Amino acid sequence: MVETLIMQAFNGISLSSILFLAAIGLAVTFGLMHVINMAHGEFIMMGAYTAYVVQNAFAGLGGAFGLYVPVALVLSFIVAAALGVVVEKLIVSRLYGRVADSLLVTWGLSLVLQQLARNLFGSANVGVEVPEYLAGSLVIGGVALPYTRIWILVIALACLLAVYLFMFRTRFGRTVRAVMQNRPMAAALGVNTRRVDAVTFALGSGLAGLAGCTLTWIGLVGSSLGQNYITQAFMTVVVGGVGSVFGSVFGAGFIGIGQSIFEFLTDASIGQALIFLAVILLLQFRPKGIFAQSSRSLEDE
Amino acid sequence: MAIRATNAATAAVERGGGSDAAAPEAGNARPRAAAPTRRAFVKAAVAGTLGAAALGLSGCAQSALAEALAGAGADEGAAQASADVTDTTVKVGIMHSLSGTMAMSETSVRDAELLAIDEINAAGGVLGRQIESVVEDGASDNATFAEKAQKLLMSDHVAAVFGCWTSASRKAVLPVFEQYNGLLWYPVQYEGMESSQNIFYVGAAPNQQIVPAVDYLAEHYGPRIFLLGSDYVFPRTANTVIKAQAAAQGYEIVGEEYTPMGHTDYATVINKIRAASPDFVFNTLNGDSNVSFFKQLRDSGITADDCMTCSVSVAEEEVAGIGASYLEGHMTSWNYYETTSTAENDAFVAAYKERYGADRVTDDPIEAGYCAVHLWAAACEKAGSFDVDAVRAAAGGVTFRAPEGLMTIDGDNQHMYKTIRIGRVNADGLIDEVWASDEPLKPDPYLDGYAWAADLS
Repeated sequence: MVETLIMQAFNGISLSSILFLAAIGLAVTFGLMHVINMAHGEFIMMGAYTAYVVQNAFAGLGGAFGLYVPVALVLSFIVAAALGVVVEKLIVSRLYGRVADSLLVTWGLSLVLQQLARNLFGSANVGVEVPEYLAGSLVIGGVALPYTRIWILVIALACLLAVYLFMFRTRFGRTVRAVMQNRPMAAALGVNTRRVDAVTFALGSGLAGLAGCTLTWIGLVGSSLGQNYITQAFMTVVVGGVGSVFGSVFGAGFIGIGQSIFEFLTDASIGQALIFLAVILLLQFRPKGIFAQSSRSLEDE
Repeated sequence: MAIRATNAATAAVERGGGSDAAAPEAGNARPRAAAPTRRAFVKAAVAGTLGAAALGLSGCAQSALAEALAGAGADEGAAQASADVTDTTVKVGIMHSLSGTMAMSETSVRDAELLAIDEINAAGGVLGRQIESVVEDGASDNATFAEKAQKLLMSDHVAAVFGCWTSASRKAVLPVFEQYNGLLWYPVQYEGMESSQNIFYVGAAPNQQIVPAVDYLAEHYGPRIFLLGSDYVFPRTANTVIKAQAAAQGYEIVGEEYTPMGHTDYATVINKIRAASPDFVFNTLNGDSNVSFFKQLRDSGITADDCMTCSVSVAEEEVAGIGASYLEGHMTSWNYYETTSTAENDAFVAAYKERYGADRVTDDPIEAGYCAVHLWAAACEKAGSFDVDAVRAAAGGVTFRAPEGLMTIDGDNQHMYKTIRIGRVNADGLIDEVWASDEPLKPDPYLDGYAWAADLS
């Protein structure tokens, strides 16, 4: 019984880390840039398919097969970020400030990307196998913790640290924050806001791709992958507080831990309904999420 | 109602204007001759008016309207589908999800059905006519399925439709097929408790898949069962059957969990399975959820040796999408596997791979879709007609030497005699048969043959 509870506690933390990974890119593009990017899920999907392609390229290498994971992690970030640059230049840059339009256009984009994936890789799911060192569990007494989930937790923390360092410890990060807080003033001071937008959107997209790569270890790889995570990703950002990347940590924790407690006590369907209810209640009392951002630019909108 | 009337008008106008297209010797072009009813006439009149209004009431449209009314008066209402058959061709509909979440499963069934149509055409067609297919996308959406069914019956005038996968989509199109007296050939195993005279069920009834699988697993692995399924009609009905069976046979249900469609995190469910320590898990998860479940099951250190699972919605194609290493050793229950050893299957697998690629696999629903087209063709040949009522009357006892063995249509409930095969996934992602029934079993959709099932339907 104690083992079951310990494992369940780990499940809650693990689910939170998965939600956080799926949402961190969105916390940048939606939270900071206020672009409602419905195609965020498809950037996750692109990362997952990148992992699949890299795995196939390494398939014949025997002992070196296990090396595909770090390569896939890096490449999935790069591929999704590159796609993000293209999408930002061609589509999103024309839609800043037009919330309803960007919602519809990026939703259309998500359908296009899904169909593209079906045409390229077939409509059936594809298989991604984890190397030996990720399969199985770390067993301590009667408690078994899957290695994949431990690594997802580590990668989520690493992403959090990297985004923190980028935003608060680099010159470019400071420029990004300046542009997001007050665009005309930043531009007046000589900041190239177009470039900042492109790089920030690429960062958010790349983080989505990275999330997609890690999600191949625990779930499907197919054209519908992104659809499974998009709702929860938006919920995580909104609960955490739009505008605060670090609020998403608490958003993910609230939803992830809450859902695994509810699901453990009832069942998956009721658990999901209960967590939605809890989110509605939370937003009644804190309409701007757990970490409400009180900046002038937000109130302007 | 307005939509329905307009469609009826279209049908009537087309039929009135193109009656020479019918092939009277085949006895198919006209629906049942019956006395015109007042209701049918009013319906047709309303429909005709709407149709004429749409055409702008030109002289041509008026004469079409007159013909339409005459035609509708002579037949039993315009609201009945009739097949569009010429001297050289006959149309059939193919209606599967080619987009959305079910596309991963249904696209291959469409491929198999097209393969069967080409085989029949190459051999001279049905009743001397080449089959033309009209392919529609149900888009994984039940309302779309109903819309497409109506379009196929009332504006394409297909002689039969091969389609659907989920029980929800079948339930959505059932009233359409019954209203317009169409014919649906349904290729997937399902939960039973249904028998429409407008549907032929080519997949397994529960007595040909679920019930024997539970008995087999209980005998070989133990009587403590954990039920896991997606939260919709098929798993819940199937598990109701299993619970009644367990109560009668003395098996113990140690857990029952349903997860929403598209659920991705199974850690909590796996934790509950671990705590309940069942002898086996009976898995009725459908679609993508299986990928998450099996990946997370193995990575939490539970293999088939620790806890056996038996799945009824995981076939060779799903195994390929999950990864063979995750499923190796786990069991499935179907009527057909790619490895099934018959001469017909060797030919079928070779033809399928030649046409669609050597990396493609065949599985139970794919084979059933292929058989459905052949069975329909055989029933039409026996009836000497494409007319729905004639085909239905002739269908009982029609056989086809299928890849899974001899398949026979049961005229009473329009299900098929099928052989049960319990299989185990091997390292290559194919499924090896470990047990099979001695002969094809009579279908029993309402489980009338089991005393414990008396209260279920």
